[in-house]
Amino acid sequence: MRVTVIDYKAGNLTSVLKALRHLGAETIVTDGDLEPIESAERIVLPGVGHFAATQSLDATGLTPAIRTAVARGVPFLGICVGMQWLYAGSSEAPEQPGLGHFSESCARFSESTEKVPHVGWNSLDVRPGSRLLAGVQPGEHVYFTHSYKAPVTADTAAVTQYIEPFAAAVERDNVMGVQFHPEKSGATGLKILNNFLRWEGTGNA
Amino acid sequence: MITKRIIACLDVHNGRVVKGVQFVDIIDAGDPATQAARHAREGADEIVLLDITATHEGRATLLDTVRRTARELFVPFCVGGGIRSADDAAQVFEAGADKVSVNSAALADPTLIDAIGRSFGAQAVVVAIDARRDPQAADPVRDAQVFVQGGRKPAGRRVVEWAREAEARGAGEILLTSMDSDGMRSGFDCELTAAVSAAVGIPVIASGGAGTVDHFVDVFGRGKADAALAASIFHFGVSSARSLKEELAKAGVSVRLPC
Repeated sequence: MRVTVIDYKAGNLTSVLKALRHLGAETIVTDGDLEPIESAERIVLPGVGHFAATQSLDATGLTPAIRTAVARGVPFLGICVGMQWLYAGSSEAPEQPGLGHFSESCARFSESTEKVPHVGWNSLDVRPGSRLLAGVQPGEHVYFTHSYKAPVTADTAAVTQYIEPFAAAVERDNVMGVQFHPEKSGATGLKILNNFLRWEGTGNA
Repeated sequence: MITKRIIACLDVHNGRVVKGVQFVDIIDAGDPATQAARHAREGADEIVLLDITATHEGRATLLDTVRRTARELFVPFCVGGGIRSADDAAQVFEAGADKVSVNSAALADPTLIDAIGRSFGAQAVVVAIDARRDPQAADPVRDAQVFVQGGRKPAGRRVVEWAREAEARGAGEILLTSMDSDGMRSGFDCELTAAVSAAVGIPVIASGGAGTVDHFVDVFGRGKADAALAASIFHFGVSSARSLKEELAKAGVSVRLPC
């Protein structure tokens, strides 16, 4: 199992790499070299921090390479800001476009008496048929830390409630994203990463 | 529903876990990597490793301890002690920490909070505040003072103001330790925790004084804490995070179970 992990200098990759290797994956990190994207078997786009950091994906020419890889059916997992980047954009950095695989945009949590960022373990309401979240039981919790979130749509794979319902996971064909941090979500998180690593694909890869 | 976090804290001195009573009388309590793994297995929602010797002995954080501890840990892992620059923080992240906690260095140079937040995101910056009530003040809670050097020296800042500044500079969480309660096992300082929690929009982790389940119920209730840190309650087999959380659930506190 070979996974190409994209380093776009937003936060650190150590935890994600550690979890993938723990599950038996061989990891290749790229911060601008296109070859590991072009030959990728699977791609993980981690990410913590500010949506504006995804600008470096454009600057290094990774965005078109990712678009091509996604089009040929390579399983792709975006984590946290990496998931948000799959959408058209985010109000956190309105001038910075996302990949646009999902047509909606991400926005900050609504004004509330609750604290923002949403930090901590929260539960998942998994929609039937999710491949990424297969085996996740009602009441299992995962770890979140974020201030912006994606809307609930037909592509949403799991809904979490904090201030308002938002997309905790998204999934369409070979493209998946999680707002939470599976690499920091104990046994539940490892199960989800393992689902991604073992997923056989759509058949057109 | 968001749950209240139970955070296991490992105070580390020369690569060993220790627990002091009011930061003196230090007792040996084991190997950090072993202890962290055990706490995670037994249901802790997060692990904090504080190198309590780092600041006043001028030593760098024990990167090797961090690396060993992080290796098989798949819950959030925060490291504090001796982090004086964004470069120090980068090394700790590289070794496997998800968050760093900064204390006296941030008081000496508050722009450290901005610098780490810019490079690693606000979620990675925890500002630790060691607080004592000011018994001379008209309002000992509102006027509680920040202390440095393991609680020995006043920093000349009020706790609530410093927490607000830390948030404005980009801190993601506040770790508030009551030096009056620390190690006493007589309960958290709920009034002080509530005052800080009401003053900021970021999560507040309460620390200092955990001794019984009721102390946790109290700090999540009237203390308005988002998370609570425990050390002495777990050492020496008093209780596990799981059994603590099962008791909390019975008392109506939302916690991560099963875990």
